[in-house]
Amino acid sequence: MDDRRIETIIGNLLRTGVLLAAFVVSAGGFFYLLHHHADPVSYRTFVPGADSVSTLPGIVHSAAHFESVGWIQLGLLLLIATPVARVGFAIVGFALERDRLYTVISLIVLAILVASLLRAI
Amino acid sequence: MTALSFTLVVGAIATLAGFLGALTGLGGGVVVVPALTLALGVDIKYAIGASLVSVIATSSGSAAAYVKEGFSNIRIGMFLEIATTLGAVVGAFIAPYVGTHAIAIIFGLALVQAAYQTVFNAAPEGAPQVESDALGKRLRLGGNFPVDGQLTDYGVRNVPAGFSLMLGGGVLSGLLGIGSGAVKVIAMDRIMKIPFKVSTTTSNFMIGVTAAASAGVYLGRGYIDPRVAMPVMLGVLCGALLGTKVLVHAPVRALRFVFASVILVLAIEMIVNGLTGKV
Repeated sequence: MDDRRIETIIGNLLRTGVLLAAFVVSAGGFFYLLHHHADPVSYRTFVPGADSVSTLPGIVHSAAHFESVGWIQLGLLLLIATPVARVGFAIVGFALERDRLYTVISLIVLAILVASLLRAI
Repeated sequence: MTALSFTLVVGAIATLAGFLGALTGLGGGVVVVPALTLALGVDIKYAIGASLVSVIATSSGSAAAYVKEGFSNIRIGMFLEIATTLGAVVGAFIAPYVGTHAIAIIFGLALVQAAYQTVFNAAPEGAPQVESDALGKRLRLGGNFPVDGQLTDYGVRNVPAGFSLMLGGGVLSGLLGIGSGAVKVIAMDRIMKIPFKVSTTTSNFMIGVTAAASAGVYLGRGYIDPRVAMPVMLGVLCGALLGTKVLVHAPVRALRFVFASVILVLAIEMIVNGLTGKV
């Protein structure tokens, strides 16, 4: 396995992930507009979101109850996961090449990503 | 405004932003944030949250296309991502303490810089490749890329300086919800002496990972509102896909100039509105 082959596989997986995320967001968006298209909206002042859109358990709960915004948020979580997966695949690739230095470097990047995501969500 | 008209207007703006962003290589975020805040009066926190999401979509979505060209360097990208992700986490954490007026002004200044770079920093052709210095060699950052169908080796220099600038780029990305690709390209192309094409494509690879580092913090704070992020993400993604399709036929030079002018106008508006406290 050389770098370019690994990158090609990763690139194709990422595109699939993005399309899947876009599909889930579109589905959520469709049902949101179906039920709320005439609602007046204003985003002039920031109001911190409810748990149902800002925490992982809240989003999963909301999506499981077929709330459209929960589905949109679930799709966005999928999207946020694609770069994380990209780093994860790179770790596997470098480990297969027995490249210890870059396996460790990729692990550090993954640790920063996971720490930030877990702390926040 | 009703939810339907808001979604349609934002979707149209985002599609145009994604299209122009792909053609010029600046990304959609630099247009989406000022357009939402200035034209629609959306709070900058929602605009930044939505923009960050669209940055991830374009970066991950176009990865496959860039790999095919054979320019990106996964080692350089991964090594420098230690700096950009750390910076992005810091940027996202300090964002609430900076204040929206200050963020609008910093955003405007970042736009001025991006506009300048778009016009005056077209790919320098035929620059000779350098040898790696000691640290570049130890980290095995060098690589090769196709020039006129022939693989050419290149080296990497000034790693500590490039790494430091990447930290700054990460902070900017976490603070403003943009990819800050312009800063990344300067760090690689100008400072580390990496070929321009390798710098731009590797920067695209890094942008998504950098954005993901601050996305969790944004989500937890409620900056990523599904009703705003949905049309922005879908629009930018569609626009970017269209943009990469027509990229080959576009009169890029003229386009860069037009896009830079638009960005400059938006930059001035952001700064003025930030100073007068309207954003």
